[in-house]
Amino acid sequence: MNVIEVKNLSKIYNDSEVKVHAVQGIDLAIQEGEFTAIVGPSGCGKTTFLNMLGGLDQPTEGSIRVGETMVNDLKSSELIDFRLHNIGFVFQAYNLIPVLTAKENVEFIMQLQGKSKEERDKRAISLLTEVGLGDRVDARPSRLSGGQQQRVAVARALASKPKFVLADEPTANLDSTSTETLLDIMERLNREENITFIFSTHDARVVNKARRVIQLEDGKIIKDERKA
Amino acid sequence: MANSELKLAWRNIWRNKRRTLITVASIYFGVILSTLMTSMQNGTYSKMIDNVVSFYSGYVQIHHPDYWETKSIDDLFVPTDSLMEIVSGNKDVDMIIPRMESFALMSYGNNTKGGMLIGVDPPKENELTRLGHWVSKGKYLEPDDDGILMAVNLAKALNVQIGDTIALISQGYHGYSASGLFPLKGILEFPFPAMNNFGTYITLNKAREFFSALEMVTSLVLTVDDYDDVYPVKHHLEGSLGDNYSVMTWDEMDPVTKQMIEGDKGQGIIMKGILYILIGFGVFSTVIMMIAERRKELGVMVAVGMNKLKLAKVLFYETMLIGMVGVIAGFAMSVPLVWGLVNSPIPLTGEVAEVYEQFGMEPAIYFGNDPMVFWGQLLIVFAITLLVSIYPLSKILRLQVTKALRS
Ligand SMILES: Nc1ncnc2c1ncn2[C@@H]1O[C@H](COP(=O)(O)OP(=O)(O)O)[C@@H](O)[C@H]1O
Ligand SMILES: [Mg+2]
Repeated sequence: MNVIEVKNLSKIYNDSEVKVHAVQGIDLAIQEGEFTAIVGPSGCGKTTFLNMLGGLDQPTEGSIRVGETMVNDLKSSELIDFRLHNIGFVFQAYNLIPVLTAKENVEFIMQLQGKSKEERDKRAISLLTEVGLGDRVDARPSRLSGGQQQRVAVARALASKPKFVLADEPTANLDSTSTETLLDIMERLNREENITFIFSTHDARVVNKARRVIQLEDGKIIKDERKA
Repeated sequence: MANSELKLAWRNIWRNKRRTLITVASIYFGVILSTLMTSMQNGTYSKMIDNVVSFYSGYVQIHHPDYWETKSIDDLFVPTDSLMEIVSGNKDVDMIIPRMESFALMSYGNNTKGGMLIGVDPPKENELTRLGHWVSKGKYLEPDDDGILMAVNLAKALNVQIGDTIALISQGYHGYSASGLFPLKGILEFPFPAMNNFGTYITLNKAREFFSALEMVTSLVLTVDDYDDVYPVKHHLEGSLGDNYSVMTWDEMDPVTKQMIEGDKGQGIIMKGILYILIGFGVFSTVIMMIAERRKELGVMVAVGMNKLKLAKVLFYETMLIGMVGVIAGFAMSVPLVWGLVNSPIPLTGEVAEVYEQFGMEPAIYFGNDPMVFWGQLLIVFAITLLVSIYPLSKILRLQVTKALRS
């Protein structure tokens, strides 16, 4: 079943003098349980594309369907709620709330969703244990390494039970060991719990872990291949 | 969720401890300074009012409706039983002090001077104005005394000594001529230089005889239990006494003091205004920095699904908490401080002290502890914080998530 269906998606930035055609007519379908990498050089439109998929940015043209929802039809206030209940986000760096502990960061999303204290507690601890941080639940982000912070971010992204997780260059700021660990965790979650991941990268080692690789150039898909 | 927003806000304000402490300290000192200033003003004003009231006018006076305009010996009234019943029936009225006063010529030997002749009920008058306290030579009047008390400069001008008999001439009630002889019983030395020039006192009964106005008075001077009762008492009495009497408050009788207080209050407001504008800018710049340095973080929060209004609430709490911490700390310091100063005013010395004494005030800086002294600061800081928190609110509502994330 397709979780995401993108039709003829385009984005033109025209806030500066020159118009930038960041995404040009992308058609794409993502199935439940896929582990997809969006790859391409810096400036090829990865962030722009992921932002539109995540309902963070409005497309200039085209449509995005997530489950039953036409994302491009939502008003900006509806979009916030849509993101909260449907999408898990992992950003490049420093995306945890620094004044909250690891566990509170994970709970934060569930709190926004109005989940009960017991449920939040249980789920936050089990998610942090899954990403290998069961012993650091009370640490603030500043006490965690970059790799550990990204693992907390993955736990937070999963906390809302989203339809899919978007990760924009999640390993860009990590050393190779941390990169490996993070990718292994994501892969295991994908394999064992059928979580749909879409992440962007320009790191060849990360690309190798993906089971579907979509290559972008100048805002267009130039290659889309699934590994066995 | 509400208390987790508060928790988030609380932790956020302590991320930069030094900056928050500086901001809190500016509010803290501002509150203390402003409280002390307000307290000092209130203390001084009520001392000034007390002075006016206790030296002469009382808080409220009842007159014949024309008396204040004409000051004529013909505009008198009889304090009838029914009048006294109404006045003493008002539970806020403390004392009722009758007076009969008019102008008279006073002679001794070849010297003649004009002055005020005031007929008083000696014990009652003493209770209000401490008249007996100002007797520098001789004795204060007995209730049925025949003698006269005279202000020191007047006595000097007439060249009289205690025991000498002074002749008084004036116009009596409805054209009667008034004359009489009064032995000098005491000399009065007031702290007001002006009052030393013209005041003389005899008993009310002697004054009634002298002016041929038996049973009459020019004024009933009223004291009230509490300053706040002045206007309610005036309104009650005006309502129940009707047009046959006029009821005046101390500030209507002494507009100069009233104006001095109003003028000083105005200056105080300007000074406090400047103080609080400075504090307001301090808080404002802290809030600006607090938002600028975590634009990305705010973007992430909205990106993962935090409602902008909820986020705005967190930022609002942050501003509010900084304000509250400052105010509460300022309160904690200024309450005991003001309390101490109210109980032991700061004594003044030197020239300043002399000026105070000339105005009949004890030479000290007085402080007041009216509740508004404290609540006023709370309200002002609250208003400033409200005003300042418009900024984060508008910042959040206009936050563009994708831009914030790229920053
Ligand atoms: N807000 C914007 N305004 C104008 N141009 C933009 C904006 N954001 C991105 N771009 C441009 O769009 C193109 C794609 O950018 P981006 O999606 O960030 O690529 P990537 O994530 O692959 O590096 C780039 O040329 C970039 O300069
Ligand atoms: Mg990018």
